[in-house]
This record gives sequence, C-alpha cells and structure tokens, in this order.
Amino acid sequence: MESGLLWLIPAAPLAAFAVNGGVAAWTSRPGRHAPHGLVHAVACLGPFVSFLVSGWAFLQLRGMPEESRFLSQRLYEWMSSGSLQVDVTLRIDSLSGIMLLFVTGVGTLIHVYSTAYMHGEKGFARYFAYLNLFMFAMLVLVLGDSLPLLFVGWEGVGLCSYLLIGYWYDDPQKASAGKKAFVVNRIGDFGVLLAMFLLFWTMSRAGVPSLRFEDVRAHLDAFTPATATAICLLLFLGATGKSAQIPLFVWLPDAMAGPTPVSALIHAATMVTAGVYLVARLGFLYAMAPLALSIVALVGALTAVVAASIGVAQNDFKKVLAYSTVSQLGYMFVGVGVGAYGAGIFHVFTHAFFKACLFLGSGSVIHALHGEQDIRRMGGLRKVMPVTFWTFVVATLALAGVPPLAGFFSKDAILWEALSRPNAVWPWLPKVLWVLLILGAFMTAFYMWRLVSLAFFGTFRGSKETLDHAHESPFPMAMPLVVLAACSVLVGFFGTPQFLGGSNAFDRWLEPAFSAPHVVGAGPGGNRLEVAVPPPVGEAPLHDAPPAADHALAHSAVTGHAEHSAAQEWAATGAAMLAGLLGLGMGHLFYARRPQLATQWAARAGGLRRTLENKYWVDEAYNVAVVRPIRWVSEGLLWRVVDARIIDGMVNLLGGLAKAFSYVFRFFQSGYVQTYVLVVVLGVLALLWRVID
Amino acid sequence: MERTLFYLFGGLAVLSSLWMVTRRNPLGSALSLVVAFLSLAALYAVLHAHLLFAIQLWVYAGAVMVLVLFVIMLLNLREAEVRPQPLGFGRFAIATVVVAAVGWKTFGILGRTVADLAPIEPSFGTIGAVSELLFTKWVLQFEVVSILLLAVIVAVIALAKRRA
Amino acid sequence: MVGLNEWLLLSGILFLIGAVGVLTRSNGLILFMSLELMLNAVNLSFVAFSRFTGRMEGHVFVFLVTAVAAAEAAVGLAIFVSLFRLQRSVDVDQLNSMGD
Repeated sequence: MESGLLWLIPAAPLAAFAVNGGVAAWTSRPGRHAPHGLVHAVACLGPFVSFLVSGWAFLQLRGMPEESRFLSQRLYEWMSSGSLQVDVTLRIDSLSGIMLLFVTGVGTLIHVYSTAYMHGEKGFARYFAYLNLFMFAMLVLVLGDSLPLLFVGWEGVGLCSYLLIGYWYDDPQKASAGKKAFVVNRIGDFGVLLAMFLLFWTMSRAGVPSLRFEDVRAHLDAFTPATATAICLLLFLGATGKSAQIPLFVWLPDAMAGPTPVSALIHAATMVTAGVYLVARLGFLYAMAPLALSIVALVGALTAVVAASIGVAQNDFKKVLAYSTVSQLGYMFVGVGVGAYGAGIFHVFTHAFFKACLFLGSGSVIHALHGEQDIRRMGGLRKVMPVTFWTFVVATLALAGVPPLAGFFSKDAILWEALSRPNAVWPWLPKVLWVLLILGAFMTAFYMWRLVSLAFFGTFRGSKETLDHAHESPFPMAMPLVVLAACSVLVGFFGTPQFLGGSNAFDRWLEPAFSAPHVVGAGPGGNRLEVAVPPPVGEAPLHDAPPAADHALAHSAVTGHAEHSAAQEWAATGAAMLAGLLGLGMGHLFYARRPQLATQWAARAGGLRRTLENKYWVDEAYNVAVVRPIRWVSEGLLWRVVDARIIDGMVNLLGGLAKAFSYVFRFFQSGYVQTYVLVVVLGVLALLWRVID
Repeated sequence: MERTLFYLFGGLAVLSSLWMVTRRNPLGSALSLVVAFLSLAALYAVLHAHLLFAIQLWVYAGAVMVLVLFVIMLLNLREAEVRPQPLGFGRFAIATVVVAAVGWKTFGILGRTVADLAPIEPSFGTIGAVSELLFTKWVLQFEVVSILLLAVIVAVIALAKRRA
Repeated sequence: MVGLNEWLLLSGILFLIGAVGVLTRSNGLILFMSLELMLNAVNLSFVAFSRFTGRMEGHVFVFLVTAVAAAEAAVGLAIFVSLFRLQRSVDVDQLNSMGD
C-alpha cells in the first residue's frame, strides 16, 4: 500500500544532521561556541520523530491483512542505465517494521543519553551531527526496497562508524581504530558488491533486470543452487564484515575507542545487526542454498564460542562487552542460518535492548570514574551508583538467559531451532551447533558475572581520589538505563513459545516477510506454525506449483521441522538455563566470593590465559599474513619500482630524448664557420641528387 | 702532344693541391699552391688561352701568393703556433665522405656527351679578342670590378690599420 | 685528343680537393688558400668550355673572377692580420662566439 509519510522516517535525522553539521562547521573557527540547547534538542528530535512515524506505520501494518502487509513510498528515480532501473523507494513490511521500532527507539534514548555523556567535549556538535547522519543511513538501509538502496545505507553506516570511532582524532590510536573498522568493513563490502553484480546478471538473464527484493522473491526460479549459493556466500562475507563475525570481526573490539554511546548504538544495537538483517531480508534466496545457510550457522556458532572465550580474559570493561556483542551476533547468525529467521531477528530485537543498556551502563561507570576502564581498578560501585548497578544486573541476567527476562526467550528459541531442525547438508550440524551454543551460553554468563563482580562488588581497587569523585549519573543518562532495563524484562514476552503457553506473536508477525510462496503443513506437537502466504498483492504475480514444489523441498530440507515433543523442548530449555545459571554461579564464586581461586586457576592455566588475553593473536596473524604483504607490495614494489623507476623513468626518458635531440640540432649552431660550410655542401649535395638523373 | 701536356700539368696540379691541403706548416702549403697555379697557367696555355695564361702568372702566382707569403712571414707563423693537434681525423673523414658523394654525383654525368673541338681562329684567346668583348658587351661588369677594387683598397687600409 | 670530359674531370677533382681543405683545416690561411684553389678550378672549367665552344665569353668571365679573387685575397688577409692581433693566432676554431 502506498503511503505518503514514509519519507519522514529518514528525513528527520537527515535534517538534524544538516542543522548540527552546519553548527559544527560554524564552530570550527576558534572563539565560537555551539549553543548546547539547540544542538541537543535538534539531535534528539530527529530520531524521535522517526520513532513516532515508525510507530504509526507499525500500527498501520497491524491493521492490514497478512497478504498485503507492507507500506511503500516511491520517492524518485535514482538511476536508469541500459536495462537497469533503480528507484529510491521506501518500503516497510513486517520485518522492517520491527527493525524500525527498536532502531529509532533505542536510538532516541541513546541520543538523550549522549547529551549528558558528551557534555563539555569539544566538538560535540560534530558528534551529534555524525550520530544523526548514522541514524539516517541506518534507516535507509532498513527501508530500502532494493539491494542498491540497502547498500547505500550499508556504506553510510560504515562511514559514520569510522567518523564516530575516530571522533577523538587527535589520538592517533583512536584514529587508527576508526580506519581499521572502515578498511575491514570494506572487504566485506566487496563481497556485497560482487553479490549484487551476480544477482543482477542472473536476474537479467531471466528477463527481469531488477534488484528489488520483491522481484527477486518472485523469480526464484531464475537461480540455480550454485548461483544462489555463490550470491549468498558473498553477501555473508559482507555480513561478517558489518556484523563482526569470523573472519572480519577484528575491528569491533578496537572500535571501543569511540565514545561509549557510539558503542551502544552502533556496535551493539543497530549497525552490527545489519548483517543479520541482510541475511533475513534475502531469506528466500538463502532457502535455495542450503550449503550457504549451513556455513552461516557454523560460522556464527564458532564465532559465538571463540568470542566468548576471549571475553573471559579481557580486563577492559568495554572490551568484554564488545566480545560479548560479537558472540551474541554469532547466535543471531545461527538463528538465521538454520532457517529460523524469526528466532534470529527476535534475538536481534532483545539483544538491542539489553546490550545497549549494558553499554550505557558501562558509560555511566566510566563517566563516574573519569575515564577509568580497567575493571581491575574498580570494585564496590554498587553502593556508589545504585541505579547503574541494578539496571546493569538486570541487563546481565537478560543476556545470560535467565527467565523470564527477554534474553531467555530469544536465546532459547535459537538453541531449540538449531537443535531441532535437521540439516540435509551436514547431518551432524544441529548437535554441534547446540553444543557450541550451550558452551557459549555458559561462558557468556560466566564472564558477564565476572564483570559485574569485579566492578560492582567487593572493595574499590583504584585510587581514593577517584572513588571520592565517583557519583551516580545524571538524569539524561540514568533514564535511558531504566527504560532499557525495563524493556529487557518485558519484550521477551512477545516471543513466548507455544510450549510454554505463549502465542509466539513475534514469530507469527514476521512470517509474511520470510516465507517463499509455497505451502508447508502445520507441525504437530504444538510447534511453531507456518502459514501458507501468497506473495503480497499488487506485486509480482503468483507462481504456480511446479517451481514452488522445488522450493518446498529445498526449504524443508534445511529448515523443515522434524517431529519433536513438548518434553524434548522442555529438556533443551532446561539445559540452556542450567548452563546460564552455572556460569553465573561460577562467576560469582570466582570473583565475588573467593577471588583467590581466580588467581590460582589463572596461574595454573597460564598458557591458555595468555592466549585468550591476546585474542588468539588474530590481529597479529592478520598483520603478518595480510597487512605486511600488502604494504610490501604497495611500498616496496609499486612505489619504489613501478612509480619511481618505471613511470618516472618514462617521463625522464622523454626529457632525455629532448636533450638528445637538442644535441643534434645544436650542431648546426656551433659558431664554427666550417660547420656552416659543411651544411652548405650538404645542401648542394641534396640539390644535385634531385637535379641530376 | 696535347695529351702529354694535359697529363703532365694536370697531374702536377692535382698533386700539388693535395700537398697544399695536407701540410701543417702554412709556408709549405703556400709554396705548393704556387706550383699548382703555375701548372694551371700551363694548362691555360694548352687551351689556347694566351691572355689568361699571362694573367694567371701575374695575378695569382705573382700577386696573391706573394701577399699570402708576406702575411705568413709577417705574422711569423711557425709550426709551433699552428694548432699542435694533427688533422682531426673525424672532421677529415666526414669531409671526404661528403665531398666524395658530391663528386660521385657530378662525375656521373661525364661521358654522356662528347663535345667536339670547335674550330677557332688564330685570334682565339688573344688579348685583342678578350678586350673586344670586355669593353663592349661586358663593360658594365668591368667597371663594377674596378669599383670593387677601389672599395677593397679602402677596406684593407681600414682593417689593417693599427689602432692608436 | 683530350676531350671536354677530361678537362672537366680535372677541374672537378681540383675543386673537391679545395673543398676538403675548406671543410677540414683550422688554420685560417690554409683555409683561405684552399678557397683560392676552388676558384681556380672553376676558372679552368670555364676556359675548357670556352675552347670547346669557340666562344670568348669564358675568358672574360675568368678575367673577372680573377680580379674579384684578388680583391677578396686582399681583404681576407687584412682580416686575418686583424684577427691575429686579437687572439695571437689564426685558428678559426676559436671563432665560435656566435654559437653555443
């Protein structure tokens, strides 16, 4: 259905960016000060307007029938070249509706938080301008109806991430972190570009030269499994870059160099979920490439475990949270990788709330301790900052998967889906995934409670002066913490699975966005329903049975439900809960009750500890394997040889030629009479040659 | 008879010119040039050019070469003051090549036509015959040459005068 | 009988020898003498042509050429004397101030 208001959603933050950007440019001259009130008001108003419009759109969608549950608005024609035509069209369906809500909601809260956090920073107008620009790019990413438009947002968020990570550009280390993020992301972007080309090529050969998602969805018969696998894997490469999975996760921990609200917004709640969103968005294509899906799931699970293990040994507050984010993103990819797109997105949704809450809480702590980020120099802060403490604990429990908080429902959904869906490509995969994820859940709970214990319990281990200055955060910072913590408690109930008595509204809401046009029967045993949904009215025409049957086969081969009983589901859920509680308990034991145990164990496992502390030396490995060779080529080879010797040599050669020629011509101007006579004689000779004979 | 004289004096002329071109000492060159001029005078005589035979002897061998010798003696040019380096070989080679090319081109046309001796009166080449043309048809050129000689006298005096 | 061709060949040879001398020698006086040789060679060819055509114009021309050559000799030698006063030698290789 057409709507005339969708443009407001990205436009509001864009306008805020324009205003704040203008202020930032104006204040770049010395002696001018930015008006606080104006900048803050404009900056927060932008995302808030987007939130309101997104909420309105969501309500509209709820009132619409499932087959046609979307809103779209065509803005203008972007490019028309040959057979390619791309318009700027905004489109909201069930999936993007959800994404919009939490992106704008959490975004607004974080903008408000930033007004207090960034108080007194020089160049804060620039900060808010970039933050607004980021919102704009993220919204374009989510609202785009075609892959190129999504890619615009994709690149835009990458750019803003770079700008914001390197916000304190005077510090070369922080600036480098920004560069690292951008460069690593770029590698992933290359994959997305290649995927786009391949996609367009395939679609063109099928007679439909379009890159709109709905067009791809309606013409899945154009794709062979091999083509689909290639496209999906290339897109996943981009997703590993944007969402920090193996092998391109290395930028995220370094990105903690940026201001904490940036870490909360970009590197926890919104940008990093773009990779998951991309896979979910093209879920119908992934359904045709079971191998790609399996790879996605496996990479996700491995990342989840590896990152969690690194998080156990980190001593920087934000780094622990960063690795936690990488780990949780792995869970989300497992979710979409086994075909449970609903579960994956549900975890995206809940994670946004509690992870943002955790990051903002860390910002609260760091702000109170005037920049201290080493947890070994913290302790006993629960007495000094109660609000921060309690919201942090709530969010931690949510992350650890303690019922009935939000993380429990979403994480459990993923775990169950991973275990219960058989895999046609690698039959051993479901069990392996489940084991990895349980391990990850245990470690997650462990390191999170370690963090809580070291920071909030016990006695303060820093300087007395720091402790005296520590205080609870002001209202603009505390309020978002409370709101987010409350959400972490409540939003889980949207996705209560049926075996626990809920209706799983979340999954059912998202169905229309994911299903390919085919019919799959309802599963027995009270499992999740899959409803047959024809493609939305007003778009591509229906496909008939024969191709659909193939899709059904492919779909169910990866994602079909085997027969499971409610008892099995209870058992799996119980195991997950146990893992979480065990982790929490051990964390409390080692760090709150008997810290000496921690030091003892750490000493005994010295090698392992060092490996984890050094992040498995991944950065060092990349440096040797990739960075140094590239630098050698560009510096040693291309610069010294090609540029200096060959190209400069050619230019110098021209100069040399001119010089050589001049020697010849100089002969004729020697000043010696006899030279002139010789020339005359030569002239006579020439004449004779012509005249005689 | 004519042939013998031709080869005799022609060969002498060529040899002495070669000698002239290749001497280091200008005095040697000058003297060999005198011999060349004398041979040429003889050749003019063989060609029945009576007046020119005489003029060649008086003007060239007698006046011009005397002047040259005079200057050589005046400037006291000895071998030491001549450029110590021997004849530059490169320059010589280039000159020979170029000149040989010219020669080859030019002499190529020789032998294509055969000209016969024209019949001549006994007054051919005498002073009377020359003057007859010189003072009638060619009198303008004659007068111009005389003005030229005047100009030359003035120029020489101006050039060679010692600055005070 | 000596034909015209032989006379012209002789004249040409003398001319070319003089040309080599002009191109090669750096001593001004020898240069000058080579130049005179060239003029004389031309004179010889004129006389030869005159003999074989029976016309006296050739002789007249030689007369005039001789006069001009003598004049040129005078002026040239005067120049050389001046030059000698300037640079203490008659080496024409040193006269390259108009060139590079």
